[in-house]
Amino acid sequence: MQKVVDFFARRSRATGGGGPKAVEKQVASGKLTARERIQLIVDPDSFHEYDLFVEHKCQDFDMNHKELPADGVITGTGKIHGHPVCLFAQDFTVAGGSLGLAHARKITKIMDHAMKLGTPLIGINDSGGARIQEGVNSLAGYGEIFYRNTQASGVIPQISVILGPCAGGAVYSPALTDFVFVVDKISRMFITGPEVIKTVLGEEISMEDLGGARVQTEVSGNAHFYAATEQECFEQIKKLVTFIPWNNRKKPDAFAPHPPRAGFDVARVIPADARDPFDVRDVVRSVCDDSDLFEVHAGWAPNIVVGFARFNGHSVGVVANQPAVLAGVLDVDSSDKAARFIRFCDAFNIPLVTFVDLPGYLPGVDQEHAGVIRHGAKLLYAYSEATVPKITVILRKAYGGGYIAMCSRHLGADFVFAWPSAEIAVMGPEGAANIIFRKEIAEAPDSEAMRRTKVLEYQQKFANPYRAAAEGHIDAVITPEETREFVVHALEISLQKAETRPPKKHGIPPF
Amino acid sequence: MSEPHDFVLDDTVYRTSLTRRFERRRPYQPPDPRHLTAAIPGVIGNIAVAEQQAVRRGEPILVLEAMKMRNEVLSPRDGTIRTIFVKQGQMVPRGEILLEFEG
Repeated sequence: MQKVVDFFARRSRATGGGGPKAVEKQVASGKLTARERIQLIVDPDSFHEYDLFVEHKCQDFDMNHKELPADGVITGTGKIHGHPVCLFAQDFTVAGGSLGLAHARKITKIMDHAMKLGTPLIGINDSGGARIQEGVNSLAGYGEIFYRNTQASGVIPQISVILGPCAGGAVYSPALTDFVFVVDKISRMFITGPEVIKTVLGEEISMEDLGGARVQTEVSGNAHFYAATEQECFEQIKKLVTFIPWNNRKKPDAFAPHPPRAGFDVARVIPADARDPFDVRDVVRSVCDDSDLFEVHAGWAPNIVVGFARFNGHSVGVVANQPAVLAGVLDVDSSDKAARFIRFCDAFNIPLVTFVDLPGYLPGVDQEHAGVIRHGAKLLYAYSEATVPKITVILRKAYGGGYIAMCSRHLGADFVFAWPSAEIAVMGPEGAANIIFRKEIAEAPDSEAMRRTKVLEYQQKFANPYRAAAEGHIDAVITPEETREFVVHALEISLQKAETRPPKKHGIPPF
Repeated sequence: MSEPHDFVLDDTVYRTSLTRRFERRRPYQPPDPRHLTAAIPGVIGNIAVAEQQAVRRGEPILVLEAMKMRNEVLSPRDGTIRTIFVKQGQMVPRGEILLEFEG
């Protein structure tokens, strides 16, 4: 009996985090505690905590007298929608959530579990950084986490949730994972903070402006999901996991089929003039289940849209040019964004559905100097490498290199469909006519009239899907209304698709 | 999404909205061979040359203390220094023009 009483006392001390004062401070700063966070992510009563009594062994700087409950990180297993997950959550109330060797070993242990058991890993980051007193051992701890993040990449889905500071080396663990979630006014990510920047460069900037949630989702692209509150963030996580499998040996769950919602009319989304914008997300919503497109990286590089949706209950990754922003051009950021998403989908057996409407690549000195060649190459690489079912729907413009890059037949698409409004050509009619008929236009008495005639001539000849169809580069010309049925059929026909690649250690994508 | 703008690509005018990154593009400026610029941000240390002084390519110009290192900045060319824009102890961002050569 005495032993049980003693156990309850120990457990209560260990689960109390950094004590009432520290917890009060955490709450006052608008944050939930580590344990509350886990409870809000997993199914009720499904969380089991391990390694509660792990202790650090640091003897330096009076640390031998310091008791750090759970060593500042909570680890365990739980379920989301009945599916198993492994989780860790750093506890900022205990020594600022600082990472020492014992703390790191708890994280690497749960990571090893996740790998062995084949479950997704969710990591909640809220930490002041390395536990300085532990010196090189805390660096060792980070390194061991990064190593495992890399080993786990493409084997189990890894989700990082930034709910506090995540700075310096620590931020490289989330960077190695698949999806990073941030929350307004709570998340702070940077390599060197405002203090260092001020000392070295004399530049003053607030933490929010340097590495807050908005910046990370809209400027840097380091984070994939933005939420106004922690609760909203947890709902996003719970939704994301419905679209992805537990591990790379499984497929995502199939759901009951749902038709698109009334009010989304696929025939009415696209304007008649190919130069006018529309929101490509409305095309996706008008053909996918329940008109539900779950966007990833929504705030960054909005000239391309990536996200998850379902067709007849089957989870797919959607990649779509967005004519509403920069006419839907490919550039450095949009290529990076799409390539990364494609590689995630391919690693986790999620078919790809690509919607094409783009005039080409963004011209400009800044793009060239920023390396649009190597960034753009990532997209070609990712599509060519992917062996999941690849279905492409060409809506309007598919010009030049952009046509090739957007999962064309030539990069291994299994099915390529084109709407009657599709224009599959080397470039737009204006540009092409100006080059091909330069001499005729220049020498004509009325060169403007001649130019218009030649543009029209080119348009009628090439600005359509039939040249490509005649070559077999596209499989079918379909109406907008037939799109859903064709995509669903193609997906269901491809469920057992097995495509192999030459054996190799790994490819060398143009990182 | 913001107001549609005209966006020209291959002689075609598209109506579309622009991104912040696109709107913040700076027009390209070719590098001026008369200018010596800071390759990294830092603090100016000892300046070894004076205005009107002739220098040879590879000759030490000044020390730029950055990233915990004292980096010696050498003259990229033969020439005469017209103006020195920085003082010892001054903090400079990357790309700051440190001095200008004649012609």
